Amino acid sequence: MPTQPDTLLQLEGVTKDYGARVVTHVLRGIDMMVEPGEFLALTGPSGSGKSTLLNLVGLLDRATAGRIRFLGSDVAQLDEAETTALRGRGIGFVFQFHHLLPAFTALENVMLPLLADRGRRDREMHERAAALLEEVGLGARASYRATDLSGGEQQRVAIARALVMRPPLVLADEPTGNLDTESGDQVFRLLRTFNERYGTAFVIVTHDERRAAHCDRIVHLIDGLVASDSGHKVRS
Amino acid sequence: MPFELIVALRYLREGRTQTWLILTGVGVGVGVIIFLSALITGLQESLVARTLGTQAHVVVRPREEMPRVLRPGGDVVLDARIERPAQRIRSIVQWQRARDEIARLPGVVETSPTIAGPAMAERGDGGSAVTVRGIEPETYRRIVNLDAFLRGGRLDFDGFHAVIGTELARYLGLSVGDRFRLRAGGDAGGVYTVSGVLDLGNKDLNQRLVFVSLRAAQSMFRLEGGVSTLEVKGTEIYGAEPLAREISRRTGLVADSWMRTNEQLLIALRSQSASSLTIQAFVILAVALGIASVLAVSVTQKSREIGILRAVGTSRGQVMRIFLIQGSILGLLGSAGGIALGAALALIFSRLAQNPDGSPTFAMALGTALYLRSAVLALGVGVVAAILPAWRAARMQPAQIIRYG
Ligand SMILES: Nc1ncnc2c1ncn2[C@@H]1O[C@H](COP(=O)(O)OP(=O)(O)OP(=O)(O)O)[C@@H](O)[C@H]1O
Ligand SMILES: [Mg+2]
Repeated sequence: MPTQPDTLLQLEGVTKDYGARVVTHVLRGIDMMVEPGEFLALTGPSGSGKSTLLNLVGLLDRATAGRIRFLGSDVAQLDEAETTALRGRGIGFVFQFHHLLPAFTALENVMLPLLADRGRRDREMHERAAALLEEVGLGARASYRATDLSGGEQQRVAIARALVMRPPLVLADEPTGNLDTESGDQVFRLLRTFNERYGTAFVIVTHDERRAAHCDRIVHLIDGLVASDSGHKVRS
Repeated sequence: MPFELIVALRYLREGRTQTWLILTGVGVGVGVIIFLSALITGLQESLVARTLGTQAHVVVRPREEMPRVLRPGGDVVLDARIERPAQRIRSIVQWQRARDEIARLPGVVETSPTIAGPAMAERGDGGSAVTVRGIEPETYRRIVNLDAFLRGGRLDFDGFHAVIGTELARYLGLSVGDRFRLRAGGDAGGVYTVSGVLDLGNKDLNQRLVFVSLRAAQSMFRLEGGVSTLEVKGTEIYGAEPLAREISRRTGLVADSWMRTNEQLLIALRSQSASSLTIQAFVILAVALGIASVLAVSVTQKSREIGILRAVGTSRGQVMRIFLIQGSILGLLGSAGGIALGAALALIFSRLAQNPDGSPTFAMALGTALYLRSAVLALGVGVVAAILPAWRAARMQPAQIIRYG
């Protein structure tokens, strides 16, 4: 598969096995490409390997075999420090269970990636985080403790945090799975808004057919293989 | 403020109860160390000071006379008898030269010639065996601060004036201005006037010591122009032993350091220090284990958060530092409390351990150096205790902990 110059992410024959004695082949050879600005739904039955795939792409885990190229680098070749740097700047995460740090305020949670990257606080990161909180409609909640926010609000803070580094790719693992329909819709609309506003590519794991249908492309996993891929839909 | 410090402080604040408990633990530990150190050091300093209050660091005297083999006659030894010569008071040969040589040695503050010899102190029917010390007041007073012991009268040694201990004064019914007779071997001696009374803090010394001028002692012991000992004060109390060896090497005289003459005391002090250090070592160990266990629990509790931190771009090194910093903060803050606690304990204790007159029996050795040492120690213990938990936190696999918490 030739690498196209504008390819953001490219997977070739990616496999992932778990276990030493009893080996589980969770991913059995994934080939796929994600281009900048895509809005992609990753679907599939429970246990098909969606979260596993996201962890590999998110540089949180390493593939057993195959090749993952992200932003032009073969991620298997990167050392610990380079991996951390690429993850911090290149990828945003939104998890199912919001995963905010409870000891910090909403604003500080959003600032966290900038803080880790720059090593110390500065004015600019403050302003940038505050602006993003405004964008997710939580400007007034900036100084709330993470634990004092509702589930939907927490997830919106997590989205702001995922976007604060302006990463080219955001990975969202069932971002609405834990929310009621209304706040789920709100969160989903927010992802779409950011996709359109900043051209950020999104890979969203979802069980919800209706939401998947709202995405530009649907990749369906079954038993660790890509069962179907609707391909990149050119939006009018 | 660095990122790691911000997160570390938040985590400590978040773990309120745990943090307070371990801070209290560290504080109590450091407090015990401060108290023990202040107590033991103070006690030992006062013991040593008391011992050295009445004696020189080094006392130099002539070599003992060589035993002679007596041959009854003829070339064949039939019956050799080794006879130790009677140890009479002898002068140091060319003592002025020896004194100058000693005075030139580095680490010597003062050298004073003295004579010590036995005599009887008598008044009327009463009599008591005493040790007469002939001294050169100007130099001797810089070695033994007699002024500090004076309880009555003046330190006047001119002519037939003598300064005696309180016990002897009581025993012979002497007060300042009274006369008594000092009788040495044969008919040497004379009638002396008590010019001052000393309390040397030791009943035996108070009973036994009579200070007269060097000249008076020289004539009393038929030692015209001679002295029996040179007393030396050095700059370093515990440098006395090497100084004594050096003096002996240079002059060929016998030189005894206070450390040698008070060997029992030194052994006692050393074993006291050793047991105090052992206790402190165990306290440090307990503090370290306390900090380590609190942080280990915190790492487990926070594993999911550590995963998030890693996911948003925090490096392993940063995660590690977050926990190392927590350890050092616990150590430092705990030691601040501990210093206050230890100092308070020490002060209360010195209030309780008072002399009948209300003065403290000895001064607690509190001070900035001790506080600083304890703070640095606690900081080090905090960091070391944090190493294992921090390492475990840094090694966590983000994918696993995000999935399973
Ligand atoms: N660390 C692991 N060790 C062993 N097996 C694992 C491990 N992690 C995941 N698995 C297994 O891999 C398979 C795929 O898991 P994964 O979480 O990727 O599925 P998923 O598609 O995200 O499912 P769901 O929709 O329920 O979230 C499952 O059978 C799971 O049990
Ligand atoms: Mg999953």
